[in-house]
Amino acid sequence: MNVVGSIALTVLLVAAGLALIRLLRGPTLADRMVALDSLLLTIASGIAVNAAATGTGEFLDVMIVVALLGFIGSVTVARFIERRGP
Amino acid sequence: MSALSVVASALILGGVALSAVGGIGLLRFPNVFARMHAATKPAVLGLMAIASGAALEVGGTGNISRLVLVIFLQLVTAPIAAHMVGRAAHSRGADVGGGIDELAAEGAAGPHDTPTAE
Repeated sequence: MNVVGSIALTVLLVAAGLALIRLLRGPTLADRMVALDSLLLTIASGIAVNAAATGTGEFLDVMIVVALLGFIGSVTVARFIERRGP
Repeated sequence: MSALSVVASALILGGVALSAVGGIGLLRFPNVFARMHAATKPAVLGLMAIASGAALEVGGTGNISRLVLVIFLQLVTAPIAAHMVGRAAHSRGADVGGGIDELAAEGAAGPHDTPTAE
């Protein structure tokens, strides 16, 4: 399980880097919001992989918070885009 | 390495691969809606696979219930968030990349509670 955890965390790091590039580059605010949502989801996945690799579920509460934070952020920014501007 | 651990490893690696593909699509696709198409697949299926694999590997009632709660919350909230971001981007005239734009054809490009003019 240790080898699998290391491989999985490396691939998740690459995915987070790609989302971060889109977050910095993205032409509109909606692009950035999609990228930020994807980045938070990658972090939540990383917490789950860490729990599986170490065999302890200490950070699973943090995973719930991160997943909900992505949703609240997306909805808030979507309302902002509809009312104000790009 | 037990059979349960092998299944958990396969689920985790599958979900992680899906997440990586979503990241590549997020970087390479041309407009907002194509990027959302790439990014919302691992949001549901990838997280479900990874959390299921972690639940099989970690064990314990408290851990499994928390992972099931994460899956449930993600299943409920991911379509709502994707729908709202997509509708907001469309109401601000984002590029739909060709094809038929039914929302613009209906003349219903904005929500009803949005103030129309400043």
